[in-house]
Amino acid sequence: MAEMKKIATRQSYGEALKELGALHDDVVVLDADLANATKTDIFKKAFPDRHYDCGIAESDMMCVAAGLAATGLVPFASNFAMFAAGRAFEQVRNSIGYPHLNVKIGATHGGISVGEDGASHQCCEDFALMRSIPGMVVMSPADDVEAKAMVKAAYEHDGPVYMRFSRYGASVIHDPDSFTFEIGKGEVLREGTDVDLIANGLLVAEALEAANLLAEQGISARVIDMATIKPLDEELVLKAAKECGRIVTCEEHSVIGGLGEAVCAVIAQHGLACPVERIGVNDEFGHSGPAGALLEQFGLCAGHIAQAAKLLRRN
Amino acid sequence: MTTSEEKALQATACRVRMGVLTATHGAKAGHPGGSLSAADVFTYLYFKELNVDPSDPKKADRDRFVLSKGHTAPGLYAALANRGFFPVADLPTLRHIDSYLQGHPNMNTVPGVDMSTGSLGQGISCACGMALGLKKQGSTARVYTLLGDGEMQEGQVWEALMFAAHYKLDNLCVIIDHNGLQIDGPNEKVMGLGSIPDKLHAFGLEVFQIDGHNFRSMEGAFEIARQTKGSPCAIVLETTKGKGVSYMEGQVGWHGKAPNDEEYAQGMAELNAQLAELEAG
Repeated sequence: MAEMKKIATRQSYGEALKELGALHDDVVVLDADLANATKTDIFKKAFPDRHYDCGIAESDMMCVAAGLAATGLVPFASNFAMFAAGRAFEQVRNSIGYPHLNVKIGATHGGISVGEDGASHQCCEDFALMRSIPGMVVMSPADDVEAKAMVKAAYEHDGPVYMRFSRYGASVIHDPDSFTFEIGKGEVLREGTDVDLIANGLLVAEALEAANLLAEQGISARVIDMATIKPLDEELVLKAAKECGRIVTCEEHSVIGGLGEAVCAVIAQHGLACPVERIGVNDEFGHSGPAGALLEQFGLCAGHIAQAAKLLRRN
Repeated sequence: MTTSEEKALQATACRVRMGVLTATHGAKAGHPGGSLSAADVFTYLYFKELNVDPSDPKKADRDRFVLSKGHTAPGLYAALANRGFFPVADLPTLRHIDSYLQGHPNMNTVPGVDMSTGSLGQGISCACGMALGLKKQGSTARVYTLLGDGEMQEGQVWEALMFAAHYKLDNLCVIIDHNGLQIDGPNEKVMGLGSIPDKLHAFGLEVFQIDGHNFRSMEGAFEIARQTKGSPCAIVLETTKGKGVSYMEGQVGWHGKAPNDEEYAQGMAELNAQLAELEAG
């Protein structure tokens, strides 16, 4: 397979904000002293009078965003996932979620691939935290193309949205000319009949590679990009459970509370006999190291996904 | 302010206090102490200061009010009801199941409530966002937010104050109800606040410290606040917790406890007597 172009989705976030800002005067961007890491500095350069630095005060930033939204503006509040979803959880819950205000949270540096900063900054709990807030849309794109489309869809959506982007380069797997994005809809990237690989974020490209590995061994894997974790595309999950009857979920998140558990809940609720193996961070903290090596060490790569798929037996 | 206008405000404040007792008695719960210490400022805001219209609660150019100390919702609701945003007769449904009068303000169910609050320290940040958003859109509307003194112990309050001064939010007025008491006791015993006016001043706000039960003092402070350009203003109200109901005044125990039937009757009798005196005079 040819080497694919890699772009970190935080870069896509910054560029998409700039495109959105040119189209809509009501878009404002908030940051907390991280503009050149979250890439909101791209927007800031183009629209300096619509970018507000809140200083190192993430809790305040989330509530300021709520207030801005209450006056009709569409704020994109930006920070590392750890502090957006973690530190400011209760502000997001009470001042954005409870009043259902039209705030978009752009969380960069999600997952273990943050790398060298280590466990304090490697947020593997954000899907779990944000999913638990009523009315919150939770999404994580696979690549640059999907990330940009997602930012625009978030703007069009009326209500709070949490988007998680990565620091580490993501292989560009979508064609920008033909790609369309809809909140709450999974996308079948590759058809297959033996097992479903349901992934999001950086692990979508790994799942595609895993499907190649499985094909070499005579196993036909369907690959689904489940960029929206909430609301989950239940119809597609059920289709997967009924047709292949074996699912591997793949996410750069704790196996507790993320995509994997969301998929399991749908299958259990419908009484389907479909074993699910969850690829994710296994209830442990990360540590410092190069992103690629960490993904390998924590079992989040194509080989791990393929191995898990092989071991799954249809009931 | 004319004497008759002052008396009219005092009479309205009496009715707001009756609303506080009626609501908390009806709920068998809630926070009368801080609702009563702030009853005068609620009255001043909704009957004198704010550009609001009960027949059009969401009108675009309205002034906004954010009750950062959201637990004193009974005081806010009593002022809103008396101002005509919803029936005074609904006040006893406070905190009841299926009532729109939630225990803490809900902007999506209560007419006239501009922001959902209740978690201390957050309302002031929301008010900053509103002030910035209105300014950004060229509105002349102003934003007022009321905090408790105990609430000043939340670190986020100071983040918000920095933000307000940094962005020169001169359309923002931060009001502190300084009654000196919080759930566990006097502020200075629970977690010393030092001089609130000095701290606010150090954070870059124009600060006024006034008698929070004197409408003439309020008129003076709010008038100057409205004319202040280039920085946000803070008005520290020196108040008495439980003000207007003899057995609640200065008593920390009345922070979050509802009056029983007997206490309710006594409190209402006292307030009715105050009202009769004001209306006679």
